[in-house]
Amino acid sequence: MREFDYRRAADAHEAVALLSGEPEARFLGGGTNLVDLMKTGVENPALLVDVRGLPLDRIEVAGDGALTIGATMTNSDLAAHPEVRHRYPALAEAVLAGASGQLRNMATVGGNLLQRTRCGYFTDLSRPCNKREPGSGCSALNGEHHNHAILGWSEHCVATNPSDMAVALAAFDAVVRVLTPEGSAEIPLADFYLPVGDTPHRETALPDGALITGVTLPAAPVAARSRYRKVRERASYAFANGSIAAALHVEDGTVRDVRIAFGAVASRPWRAREAERALIGGPATPEAFAAAADAELAAARPLAHNGYKVPLIRNLVVSTLTELQEAAR
Amino acid sequence: MTTPAAPPRTSATGTPHTRREGRAKVTGEARYTGDIPFAELAHGWLVTSTVARGRIRSVDTDTVLAMPGVLAVLHPGNALRLTPGAGLMGPDANLQLLQDDRVPHVGWPVALVVAETQEQARAGADALVITYDEEPYDTAFRADHPGLRPTAPSPLAMPDVDQGDPDAELAASAVVVDREYTTPEEFHNAMEPHAAMARWENGRLEVVDSNQGSYAVAQVLAALFSLDADTVRVRSEHVGGGFGSKGLRLPHTVLAVMATTILHRPVRVVLTRRQMFSLVGHRPATAQRVRLGADADGRLRVVEHETASPTSTVHEFAEQSTRHSRTLYAADAFRLRTRVVPLDVPTPGFMRAPGWAPGSFAVESAMDELAAEVGVDPIALRLRNEPETGPVSGLPFSSRNLVACLEEGARRFGWADRDPRPGVRRDGRWLLGTGVAAAAHSAGVGASTAAITAEADGTYTVRVTAADIGTGARTALGQIAADALEVSPESVRIRIADSDFGLAWLAGGSMGTASWAWAINEAAVALRKKLADLPGDMADLPPEGVTAHADTTELLAAREQRESHGYGAQFAEVAVDPASGEVRVRRMLGIFAVGRVVNPLTARNQFIGGMTWGLSMALHEEGVRDDASGGLANGDLAGYHVAANADVPLIEADWIDEHDTYNPSGIKGLGEIGIVGGAAAVANAVWHATGVRHRHLPISLERVLSGGRR
Amino acid sequence: MTSTRSTEISLRVNGETHSLTVDNRTTLLDALRERLDLTGTKKGCDQGQCGACTVLLDRQRVNSCLQLAVAAEGRDVTTIEGLADGEELHPVQQAFVDLDGYQCGYCTPGQICSAVAVIEELAREWPSAATDDVRRPPAVSEEEIRERMSGNLCRCGAYVNIVRAVTQAAKNEQVNA
Repeated sequence: MREFDYRRAADAHEAVALLSGEPEARFLGGGTNLVDLMKTGVENPALLVDVRGLPLDRIEVAGDGALTIGATMTNSDLAAHPEVRHRYPALAEAVLAGASGQLRNMATVGGNLLQRTRCGYFTDLSRPCNKREPGSGCSALNGEHHNHAILGWSEHCVATNPSDMAVALAAFDAVVRVLTPEGSAEIPLADFYLPVGDTPHRETALPDGALITGVTLPAAPVAARSRYRKVRERASYAFANGSIAAALHVEDGTVRDVRIAFGAVASRPWRAREAERALIGGPATPEAFAAAADAELAAARPLAHNGYKVPLIRNLVVSTLTELQEAAR
Repeated sequence: MTTPAAPPRTSATGTPHTRREGRAKVTGEARYTGDIPFAELAHGWLVTSTVARGRIRSVDTDTVLAMPGVLAVLHPGNALRLTPGAGLMGPDANLQLLQDDRVPHVGWPVALVVAETQEQARAGADALVITYDEEPYDTAFRADHPGLRPTAPSPLAMPDVDQGDPDAELAASAVVVDREYTTPEEFHNAMEPHAAMARWENGRLEVVDSNQGSYAVAQVLAALFSLDADTVRVRSEHVGGGFGSKGLRLPHTVLAVMATTILHRPVRVVLTRRQMFSLVGHRPATAQRVRLGADADGRLRVVEHETASPTSTVHEFAEQSTRHSRTLYAADAFRLRTRVVPLDVPTPGFMRAPGWAPGSFAVESAMDELAAEVGVDPIALRLRNEPETGPVSGLPFSSRNLVACLEEGARRFGWADRDPRPGVRRDGRWLLGTGVAAAAHSAGVGASTAAITAEADGTYTVRVTAADIGTGARTALGQIAADALEVSPESVRIRIADSDFGLAWLAGGSMGTASWAWAINEAAVALRKKLADLPGDMADLPPEGVTAHADTTELLAAREQRESHGYGAQFAEVAVDPASGEVRVRRMLGIFAVGRVVNPLTARNQFIGGMTWGLSMALHEEGVRDDASGGLANGDLAGYHVAANADVPLIEADWIDEHDTYNPSGIKGLGEIGIVGGAAAVANAVWHATGVRHRHLPISLERVLSGGRR
Repeated sequence: MTSTRSTEISLRVNGETHSLTVDNRTTLLDALRERLDLTGTKKGCDQGQCGACTVLLDRQRVNSCLQLAVAAEGRDVTTIEGLADGEELHPVQQAFVDLDGYQCGYCTPGQICSAVAVIEELAREWPSAATDDVRRPPAVSEEEIRERMSGNLCRCGAYVNIVRAVTQAAKNEQVNA
């Protein structure tokens, strides 16, 4: 690990000021991902600005019911919060499905949004990786990619975003709040993660030097009946091979509102808008759920060794929506 | 042959005892190798190759030597010369570290950076630029690899077997099951990374090391560095798991000794978790073909079992998967083959139940397939093929109670209520099934010495170069010594893991406690005779006490040949979600017959630990080799999954009484048998749940979703 | 800006305050082990993938291998060495001894620190991935404990006894609460 300077910021404005003009600086939140990447040499900051102590560690409820989750709130506190558990259970479940109790106590909401891919080539400095070293090539495209993308990838990168939390946030139209030297800004989560294209190293729309201060979840009655299902190679403490955040509101057998997002299938949490469109106003039947999944997965382009993810996601759509519908009865 | 005489009725053995080091382990007081402070300690950090085959062209030491705190960079250009031919079980060229510029696989040690602090050593290792002349490599193992060949003769190799007329028996069989099974590369991953501290002290080389046998390690180091064996002392008081990985390969130890010899100060070398994936041996992938020919009623006419595995170009290690076939079932003919192919990969080694674990997966799966083909219950099929003597050796059994294990297990598991049809039980989204498999493991003994001192204060001190790698050996040996001396365990002090105590078998091959106990028993007999011969009574002992020694070498050599194994029966119930591919084990039961069980508390824990490995092998563990680099694609604990707590349900283990005095201590060993057959029991249960046979491990999401494909 | 590659920090560990200057790169794990000689906290992977390094930071369990020591300045650390009350073991420690909740013992300090925190998390009614309905308080069940203890790998495979030990300690805690 390279030697680095360390500064602790007292408030968000000071944090942004400390980082400004320091191209090799990084914000330090819980450190669960950044410190690991520094040990392996993927990240080599010259300065860490510690933002974990900023007073952004709580949830505020607006008059219209929207929740604003502070960026330095730990994953554990987020999942344990009554507003989240009751109004957005899929978000609590997604957070709880991630990592371990220890890591959730350390990891912050802002850091979770910015965690890097777990593609093995990304952390193996001896192998080409466009995300780590632009222009060097993608080792996974024709290498080991059992747990890589089936949607939205390019020949430049087939890595997936590892966050569970972000999948639920994507389903509920979250908005990322940021602070830059120029002032505050809001970025819808749908626009926060950039398409891979030929710039896989540019993962988010976060401006240089900007600090995530929070995430706002608009009020969404449908979210009160929501689920997160995560499928992985062991029962706990593993990254997803496929996951789904879903919410469903059915009246008289007709789908009135539905939210679906997938995890572990793309470089970003994948909001399944095609599937949602196919369902709205139609019948809430297993056949309709399957047809909706197929509509979304028509765009899937599995790699040589990850084709299993297509039926996995399809089946997760059917079983999760069916479960939500049965629970509502 | 079961001997009718029961061992003497005793108070300590056979009753549960909590661990002697229990308090130290739960308070953090127990110091493992990397925990022990030394004045002036320097830290070594290994640098390993990033290419699969080639030569080191250059090592740029100047930059690194200029970094803060860096003391030395050892590499093939400046390393100490080592004596060729050293090895724990015959010469092992893996010990010849930094001796030449050849790179035989990704992850091979190419340099050691030594610095004042760990951070500095690591930074130096990260900054060290090494260039290579790369050569074409082959790291892709497959069953039909053209380089496969018979194994070289060695004391460890199982000779090929041609017994009876396999072809004629196949032709005469009413039912033939002919299948291929594969198991992947698997890695021990003891929780404690391999560590060693070496220093020269008063003319002796003192090594604190994380290993499974300090005497053996001392012998190897003496040979490697051309030292008088008496000048080397190796200790390993607490060891954080071994499973076969701590003793055979010693890169950390060898390089710590080299560094301290050059730098004249204590040096500690600790492997990183990633380095453990290429340097301490692993279970190689296997491709196995099993052909079982049987009469219409399931009686076996022929057992054919061919196993192939990759080794390295450095040293040959072949996975002896046919061990299982040699002792489980009677048949008129046997054809057993072991094949190996050298590839540009790390050298495999012994991993918990070597041979037995992958071999039992193949054979016990094939038996389940045969049971279904014949239409007979899988337990009945096994009972029908129970041999009178060793099926291949022809030797009498020292004892064999597989039948009792199967019957007792069936009773407790509720096997009688089982509907044999596959794929017909459902619980919500889960399909349910149950499976059974038989287990065996050799019951060996290695020559050992022990000494017991009757102290002047009325207590006793036992010295034996045993290792407690989590087995509970320290506690068990205390019980054994107490009974042999007819005193309470509290009056017995157990000192282990110091090569100065002399020859002793390793904590390996399920032979540790069996070997040490025999020597302790002999020493106790000798001591009691000595004490009886003393004038006066115990109160008159000299201040240094009275010591008796024992060495079982000759006793062991005088034993008649027997087929001696522990046996067991494994049962599993699984739930499979065919829509997601998830498999969950709901319960497991293992019933074993392993001779005398010294400490039921720790023994049960070890059986269950082995069964947990069987579960993990069935569902999780798989080293994925990336043929584009020749390296491992998932060489860390996030990528290489071992079972986590949530994967492990209620697992129960028990045993049946068995008296076997082939080893006079009555002990057969139980550290490894728990894994044997476990993966097959799970795979057979998955078939029973879904109707899909999984012949390739692990039974991953992908394999379940694709119907068992390779 | 002046360069400060090392920092003087104050750490409160097991009730005792230590002042030390640390290389900013030093993790809390290495600071405990190499600087304070508190080697009960173990390094199993150094990557947050095994849980052997678990300690309590302001009473919450964390992986000390990913916690920079400099960032722990002013916080309260409890390690395995700080759990017993003199000669009297913490109830979780005693349960591990009595029920043989370990084998090699290397993951044990992390398991025990984790378990102490798990019992408190259950008392605070934090949900987990094993909680059927996150809107309701979780049960103190073996299933909950298995899930919550999953961040602590035990390669010896002592999970069955670990769960027994933690369950016993958790139920005693409930009774005494």
